[in-house]
Amino acid sequence: MNIFRLLRRRHTAQVAHDRLRILLAHERSRTANTDLVAILRSEVLAAVAKYIPVAIDQVDVNMDRSETLSTLQIDIHIPV
Amino acid sequence: MGQVLVVTSGKGGVGKTTSAAALGAALAESGQNVVIIDFDVGLRNLDLVMGAERRVVFDLINVIQGQAKLPQALIRDKRQERLYLLPASQTRDKDALTERGVARVIDDLRATFDWVICDSPAGIERGAILAMQHADIAAIVTNPEISSVRDSDRIIGLLDAKTEKAKKGQQVVKHLLVARYDESRASSGDMLQIEDIVEILSIPLLGIIPESEQVLRASNLGSPITICNPESAPGRAYFSAAKRLNGEVIPITIPRERNRLFGRLLGGRAA
Ligand SMILES: Nc1ncnc2c1ncn2[C@@H]1O[C@H](COP(=O)(O)OP(=O)(O)O)[C@@H](O)[C@H]1O
Ligand SMILES: [Mg+2]
Repeated sequence: MNIFRLLRRRHTAQVAHDRLRILLAHERSRTANTDLVAILRSEVLAAVAKYIPVAIDQVDVNMDRSETLSTLQIDIHIPV
Repeated sequence: MGQVLVVTSGKGGVGKTTSAAALGAALAESGQNVVIIDFDVGLRNLDLVMGAERRVVFDLINVIQGQAKLPQALIRDKRQERLYLLPASQTRDKDALTERGVARVIDDLRATFDWVICDSPAGIERGAILAMQHADIAAIVTNPEISSVRDSDRIIGLLDAKTEKAKKGQQVVKHLLVARYDESRASSGDMLQIEDIVEILSIPLLGIIPESEQVLRASNLGSPITICNPESAPGRAYFSAAKRLNGEVIPITIPRERNRLFGRLLGGRAA
């Protein structure tokens, strides 16, 4: 029983450790923090808006960060 | 029209964020649509407790400043589809959280959700006041410990003076949520008794959440305890608190951890 408890505890601690490593790596580096996302988001939108009228609620922005790869997915619904 | 619940305390580290996530998830499990707003600008951690930290793109301040529409900033829970999170901003500029902006966001959320839960920052300053501003109901999270009770008393005073309800001559419905209750210390006589806390603060009890290692495991995993381990003692305690929020009248118990084998043989007391 106790051994299982110990194993289980180490298990969630490991998950916490991994989550933190990913999160802090992003938050510590100036270039990869949410400011970059904010900059990209607004500059991409501005670039598109030069040619096509888009409303901000017609834009889906999704992000997922992992250790080696972060994705920023911007879907712009262009009016027909 | 949804109800606005503020989870508040004055003191930090008493279990507000844990409780906001756990109650929110429990209410969502009961079939209602729930959004939890993190008001802890600069020190957000509700996203971590709910396991959404990698998915934050926009936050409350982006919405208030018009850089994002409200639906774009809402993060839907991956495990419970009726549960949403509106994250706080990491920016240090707390003044960006304006009274009018907050009012507008809460109005909009109230129109679509059954519950709008505001996870308050610690303290009794602007952030905590903004978080409680539009509350219909308050869960005052208190640890059985002298300074926590004192801070809760101050928060009760603010709820009665500074909220929209108070300004209209009405009252926020106040509930006491005792958290991090340690039964072994209670029986040794070194801990404030529940009855004493209730008597001092004179507000009704919403629940007693036992101190439990399960809460730590849940937060490691990024999952509210009521989703991660609903059968644990704190899980059951939060589920019954959620039922009371919904108006059910059920006796208050202090759930104990069920011993896998013997608990069942003995008919495992339920909360
Ligand atoms: N019932 C509990 N049992 C054990 N630890 C708890 C419990 N409730 C909260 N905690 C822990 O206490 C710490 C503070 O909790 P948190 O919810 O962040 O408090 P607050 O939001 O009031 O500052 C966290 O580490 C959390 O995991
Ligand atoms: Mg908190």
